[in-house]
Formats: sequence, C-alpha cells, structure tokens
Amino acid sequence: MKPVMVIGGGVAGIQAALDLADRGLEVHLVEKTPSIGGVMAQLDKTLPTMDCSICILAPKMIECFRHPNITIHTQSQVKEVSGGTGNFDVKVLKEPRSVDESKCTGCGICSQKCPTKVIDGWQEGLTTRKAVYIMFPQAVPLTATIDREHCLYFQKGVCQVCSKVCPAGAIDYEQRPEELNLNVSSIVVATGFQEYDPTELKEYGYGRFKDVLTAMEFERLVCASGPTGGHLNRPSDNKLAHRVAFVQCVGSRTHKKGYPFCSSVCCMYATKEAVLIKEHDPTSEVNVFYMDLKVFGKGFQQFVNRAKSHYGVNYVRGRPGEIRMNPLTNDLTIWYEDTANGDVSSMEADLAVLCTTMIARPENVELAKALGLELDEWDFFKSLNPLTNPVETGMPGVFLCGCSHGPRDIPESVAEASGAAACAAEVARRFM
Amino acid sequence: MSEEPRVGVFVCHCGINIGGYLDVPDVVKYAGTLPGVAYAEANLYTCSSDGLQKIKEAIKKHSLNRVVVASCTPRTHEPLFQGACEEAGLNKYLFEMANIRDQCSWVHMHERDKATQKAKDLVRMAVAKARLLTPEEEPEIDIHPVGMVIGGGVSGLTAALSLADQGFKVHLVERESKLGGYLNKLDRLFPDNTRAEDVVGPLIERVTEAPDITVHLNSAVTDVKGFIGNFDTEVATGDETQPLNVGTIIVATGADYLRPEGLYGYGEVDGVVTQLELEQLIKEGKLGKARTMVMIQCAGARIEERPYCSRVCCSEAMKNAMLLVDEDPKREVYILYRDLQTYGLEYSGLEWDAKRKGVKLVKYDAERPPTVTKGERGPVVNVFSPLLGEELTIEADVVALSVPMVPNPDNKRLSQLLKVPLNQDGFFLEAHVKLRPLDFATDGVYICGTAHSPKEVAESLAQARGAASRAGIPMAKGRLRTAAITSVVDQEKCSGCGTCIELCAYNAITKNEKKLAQVTSAVCKGCGVCGASCPERAITMRHFTNEELEAQGLAALREA
Repeated sequence: MKPVMVIGGGVAGIQAALDLADRGLEVHLVEKTPSIGGVMAQLDKTLPTMDCSICILAPKMIECFRHPNITIHTQSQVKEVSGGTGNFDVKVLKEPRSVDESKCTGCGICSQKCPTKVIDGWQEGLTTRKAVYIMFPQAVPLTATIDREHCLYFQKGVCQVCSKVCPAGAIDYEQRPEELNLNVSSIVVATGFQEYDPTELKEYGYGRFKDVLTAMEFERLVCASGPTGGHLNRPSDNKLAHRVAFVQCVGSRTHKKGYPFCSSVCCMYATKEAVLIKEHDPTSEVNVFYMDLKVFGKGFQQFVNRAKSHYGVNYVRGRPGEIRMNPLTNDLTIWYEDTANGDVSSMEADLAVLCTTMIARPENVELAKALGLELDEWDFFKSLNPLTNPVETGMPGVFLCGCSHGPRDIPESVAEASGAAACAAEVARRFM
Repeated sequence: MSEEPRVGVFVCHCGINIGGYLDVPDVVKYAGTLPGVAYAEANLYTCSSDGLQKIKEAIKKHSLNRVVVASCTPRTHEPLFQGACEEAGLNKYLFEMANIRDQCSWVHMHERDKATQKAKDLVRMAVAKARLLTPEEEPEIDIHPVGMVIGGGVSGLTAALSLADQGFKVHLVERESKLGGYLNKLDRLFPDNTRAEDVVGPLIERVTEAPDITVHLNSAVTDVKGFIGNFDTEVATGDETQPLNVGTIIVATGADYLRPEGLYGYGEVDGVVTQLELEQLIKEGKLGKARTMVMIQCAGARIEERPYCSRVCCSEAMKNAMLLVDEDPKREVYILYRDLQTYGLEYSGLEWDAKRKGVKLVKYDAERPPTVTKGERGPVVNVFSPLLGEELTIEADVVALSVPMVPNPDNKRLSQLLKVPLNQDGFFLEAHVKLRPLDFATDGVYICGTAHSPKEVAESLAQARGAASRAGIPMAKGRLRTAAITSVVDQEKCSGCGTCIELCAYNAITKNEKKLAQVTSAVCKGCGVCGASCPERAITMRHFTNEELEAQGLAALREA
C-alpha cells in the first residue's frame, strides 16, 4: 500500500503518524523545524494532571523516530502537490542541516564550542543559543543543525570550529537543499498554530516593558528546562516575581485589534500557570483577569475550583484597560474595571502574562495553494463542513487535525489526529 | 539458566555528558572486577552505530550471555541496545541498563569523585541483577477482525461506518428501536441551523445499507469475557441472547440530560420548560403569541453536586434565541448566564450574532442565581445583574432551563461489564486525559462521543472517527505481540485469598478451577501491584523477580 503523508510534527501530527504506522502503513512525517514535538514540547506542565509536558510527549516522539514505518523529514516543507486522492505526488523541499544525521550523536560539543550566540526562538527569545545547536535536550532527531543565517562560516567564510571539534565528523558544510518527490495516498495536515503577537496592543506595553510576557514566554520561564531553571526571575531585573497578573482574551473576542473568536484554551492554561506559581511559592499573589471563564472541557470546572480553593488563585472579572510601568522599580500597575462592582481599580504586579490567542500559521497560505485547500478569513484551513465533516476538507484525500483548523486543546487535537488517521486508512484501503 | 553468567559491561562517555563529570575509565576498570563480568569497555557513544557494533562483536568474541550498558535513560535508549543484543543472538531480556547520566553525572556535576563512586554503585547493582536475568518471550495473540460498537447515535454510527470502510465487519448494538440517538430529539443544530435529521438521516441510511455492518436494535450487551482480539460477548435482543465474538469494542452510548424537577420552578410554574422542550415547541410552531422568553444557563450545572460545565448549552441557547427572534423580531429573549461558553472558530460567532439580533445577555453570579416565581400571566424571573448593579424583574411567557447532559444511567452496568472506569461525574474515564483520550486502560476497548463527556456533534464525530482508528489498529495488524513483563502466580504458594484479583486495575487475574489466582498474560500490564500485595509472596514479575530485585538491592548496600 502507498504511504501517507503527515504535515506537521506537533502532538497532532505525531499521533496521526503513529496511528497510521501502527496499523502497518508507511508514513512520511514532514516537519518544518529541526525537531518534531511542536508547541507541546515547549510547555512546562499540562492540566489537569500537571504532568510534565515533554515527559509525556518525548516517549511518543521517540516512538516516531524508532518506528520502522515512519520516516521523519525535518527542516522540510511541502512545495507542490499534484494528483488526487489515492495518488498524490508531493514535492518536499528539505533544507540542509549541514550536519550528517547518520553520524551526529547529539553530544552537543559543537554547540559548546561555537562562538556565535543567537536569540533562542525555542526558548521564546528569553535566552540565547549557538549558531550550531540542538533545538532542545529531548529533540527528535537528537541531531545538531547549523543556522546558516548566523554561522560565521556561512556568513564570512571563517571559524569552522564545529567541524574541528566534532568527534563524530558529522559536520557537513557542503549539504545542499534536497528535493524529495513522494507519492502518497492521502495527506494529513497538522500544521498547528502560532501565538498572536500583542505588540500592536500598545495599552499592554508588550515589547516596551520587559516584564510583560506572552503565555508562551511564561511557559519557558516557569519551566525547569527554561532560561532561569524554572525560577520566576523576571526579565527586567531578575527579581523573583511574587505578584503575577494574567490577562485573558489578549487579541481574542474583539472586533478591534485582534480576532473576534475565543481562543478556547487560554482560561485553562492561565489557570494552570497560576497554579504553577502557587506551587512554586504558595504566598505569591496571583490574579487572573477574565471576561468569561471558559470551563467547557472535561474536568475543567473542577480544576478551576481547586485553583481557587486549594491554591488561592484569585479571579477578577474585567478586561484590563492599561498596563503601566514604574521606571524606578520596574513594577507594573494594571488598570482595570472590576465588573463585579463597576469600579475602576488598579493592581500592582511584578510580572504580567498576556494570554494571547492562537492564530493561523503564515505558511498556511502557500500550503493551502499547494494542496488546493480553502482557508477561512483568518487563514485557518477550512473543513469540508465544520458540523458534519470536521476533519475532511474540500479536497478528497486531504484531512485536517489539531490547530491547523482553529484553536483547540491537546486532547481534542489528539482525538482528531486519530480521526484524520482513520480517514487516511479508509482511503488507503479504497486504493489498495 | 544453568549457564554461568558472562556479563559484558559497556560504559558510555556520552561525549562530555558523562565523561566530563566522572571518571569513566575508572568505572570500566571497576566493572571488570565484579563477579560474573567477563568483559568491560568504554565507548565515546555506546548508542552510535559504531558503539552498537562493538556490543555485537563483544557478545560473539567473549561469549557474553548478559549485557549491561551504563549510559543514559532506558526510556529512550533501552530498545536500541536490546535490538543490538537481539541482532547478536541474545534474548533482549538478558539486557540491563544503568542510568549514570540523568541519575548521576547530570545531578553531581561538581562532585567528580562522588559521581564516579555512585556510577560504580549503579553499575554494580545492574550487574547483580543482570547475572540473574532469564530470557523471556513475547507471546503473540490473534486479533479477530470484527468490531463491536455499543450505541447507535451519531458517534456510534460514525465509528461503525469508519470501521466498515477500513475493511472490518461490525456489530452495532442499539438499545432503542431506532438508530439516531439523542439527535432524534433535536430540531436544529448550531452553529448553522442544519436540521438534525439531515445529519443523522444519511448516516443511518449508510449504516443500514453497509453490507459489513450488522445492526442489533432493541438490544443490549449483557456479558463480556475475554480480552483484546478475542472478546466473547452476549447480546440480548428481547428474550433472545446471541453470542458474538469480537476483537475490539467501542463505547458510544451517549449521555442523558438532567430532568430539573424543582429547579427554577420546573414542574411547579407553568411556562417553565427545558431547552429541549423549548426546541420542540419551536419546531412545532407552538410559541406564536409568546413574546418574552428567558433562558437560564447552568440550570443544575457548575454547582457543588454537579460541578462540570456541559459545554453545549450556551451555544444551544444562542441558537434557539436567534431562531425565536428570527421568527418574530418583536420578541424579547434574555439569556441569563454565568460564563459564556461559546468558543473557537465555530461557536464564538454565535455570541456576536445573538447580540446583533438583539438577544439580551445578562450575567448572573453563582452566589446569587435567578429566581422564578408564578406571576399573574406567567413565570416571573428575578435576577441580579452585577454589571448593572441592580436586580431585574422580567415577566416572561416562557422560561427555558439550559440543563446539563448527565451520564447515561446504564454507564455503571456497562463499566462493570467491560471493566473500564467512570470518573467522579459518572462519565467514562479514558486511559490518559491528554494523550490517550479515546483509549481505555483496558486494551481493545475505546470511547467516543458524549459517553466520554458532554460535547458537540462535530467533536463527537471527530472522536468517533478517532476511536475507529484506535480500534482498527490491532484489527489491521491481525496479531499482537503481548508484553513479556507480566506476573506469574506460584500455584503451590497461592492461598486463593483473592487480594490480587481485587487490586488488579486491568482485571488480568481470575480464579481457576482450583480457586487459585491465575493471570491472563495478554491482559497483564506488568504493573506489579499484585506481586507487592500478595501475602503469600506467591506472585513474581517476569524480569523483575524477587531474587533479581533483592540482588540489586543488596548490591546497592555493599561497599565497593
């Protein structure tokens, strides 16, 4: 039987690939970055069980890597698609890693010796990495990659330290972009989401005030494998943050700047992050500013109840109008209307976390063109029918799962990924 | 094994991850002195293809019959090293790992001597266990490629169709005389007012026509025995029961909804109905003169005795409110809510649309819920709005209560029959909230739709397709390798007390004809609870025998 292609190596893509591979189908898992894992790999804990996110994801990542039926193509993107259901010809462009995957053992010596520091995107810009680097300690494949845009050799023709120190002789500056032509019976789109950039919401001061973070930045800050080892040292002056404010609906549920839809997951991840702070230090003051508390998932209300009664997280109904910073102390003041009584009040905080909406990935536009799919007005992929055919698309043989077609949480993404895998398995059988 | 143990020890530098913080050559030298060790060497990377090749060569050259690798974590690397052993003709259960990176070099980076000492301790322990290891087999079982789906609502119908489209025969068991489930009661579906019958009708038609799906109406599953691949079930239809052998089972039994007797005047004040009853009235066009409608959200939900949110009621209310206003724009429709649960791309728009159409959204506090009393011409609703800071009095024609979904009353019986758990709310509990939302801890049984928790049609459909994928995996493979690490009962020592049977989370232990405990290996997960609790010490775990663990423990206490 023909292989199936899964685009996107986050938790949804991983699940779809494993479901298909486990039933005996060959899978090409195409991932844009140097490692699979996606956003879930970056999260600290997952609610409501407070499992360490990477600890429960890593075994699945490794299962993908070790699975005889799965070929992982990292640093790869789908460029052209022709044919139709049961018989797609897909052109994939694989960027050069400049490291021989078959030789690199992931020891990290190259990174240690590399002289060039680069802002670390995986750590949400809170720290630096090197120009030759492994994305994160549990990366799959556990292989270094050279960021050619910042590498001294590629930019100025000097250095080559990594090649000198690599004990495995894995550095290969001569690698060229590779074009793969793959024939597959169906395609699962699991390209995920990205975080809304709240810089345009000037009132919140993101980008101007160092201690106003997005939720993803906070996930890295609070994570033991993050830049501070999980200590809540705020970026401006390293002071331990004791008073933290969470602002919900940043860029969502609005017809002004941002998006009109509710991002589905922010109330709960904010609750989780608030609980994490309280677990670190029960005396911290944590306030969550919200409009409607979205507790519609299994066990969510119970989790919020526990956050309130057991951990002492405080919820304030009201959308903050402005965040100001005291330049002498770096402390923040959150101005808000408390809709419980209509009063305009303010609250001091050491750190503010903006719970930003999930938005579509910009690559969706080109990918949709290649796949012949429709996008909605916000550039998310469109389902064939959001009510009756949520994982199918207008193109037979192409299926959706996870946040590629809108914000959703991990269990929904995983369940949908299995759903998309079922659709792909049905196609595989029809064209056997 | 009578053969004298010949252990090979491979100590990994892991570049500098281990070698940079402790003395690897010293650990190797020490390993060579341990009893039973025939060979020891250091590798720069034991996991590299070069390192694996060295393991294979050493097994042959030094006639090794046990292998210990001292390196990183078995979670990521054990299968790799086991594979190398197998390739050299050694049973993979004759392999043991010592984690001298995560548990040693990484946590003792500044104590080189102590770290070296601890690495020696860990290696000594691993070798002590390795000497006693025995080869184990992973028995294969056949998977009968027939699926059973319990419940014929949208979820069950979708799951059955997908299984059939994957090439399997399916038994669809429905309690009622008609397929369709809860959707048969609904009129229009949010977010786009599609008729429920237009969703469920085509599914019923396809299922009825599918040659590989056998529909059992008016039927219930009354007995389930066996395990994944080979469940012996009994399905009762009227007075007749028939045995059905199936490989997998999908639970799609749906949910019920709360009957709100005594809540907000329901059953006492005329004009107070449930949202479902309102929907029926809209469908039948019986609300002609009614002008003022009030919907009360969270009626019987998000309270102490029923803490969960029912997910669909806010969108449901918005949809009905807009249908009412569309029918007669002069109508006043109020939705009294606590937190609006319209979300995502699909449902967020309902809130904006409803507001635009003049539906009045009034927030209330859980501490001050609205009251409904009997007025002159109909129900009177009083509600305190914290946003306005005042109490509103609304003389209504109709009050509709948005009541939550509640667990199907049959869940308890079914959960005992299938040996799968329910959560505190009474819905079925999946194997893992995050990463195994459609599996049960018991292999071969899967869950989807509102039997799992309240959810919309689209999400039920996606889950149903997903459950069909999960169930299709073992059936597509046809055979399943079961775990070797399972428990074994010593029939001589077992007293038949039944403690293990009570404690086993996977129902892997039963009593045999001698009334003694007996483990079904295909079901056993090797968790070890039975072994730890057996008062007679009659139960041991393969690959983790008492002797092996004692040897390992004693080695830990011995001075190097």
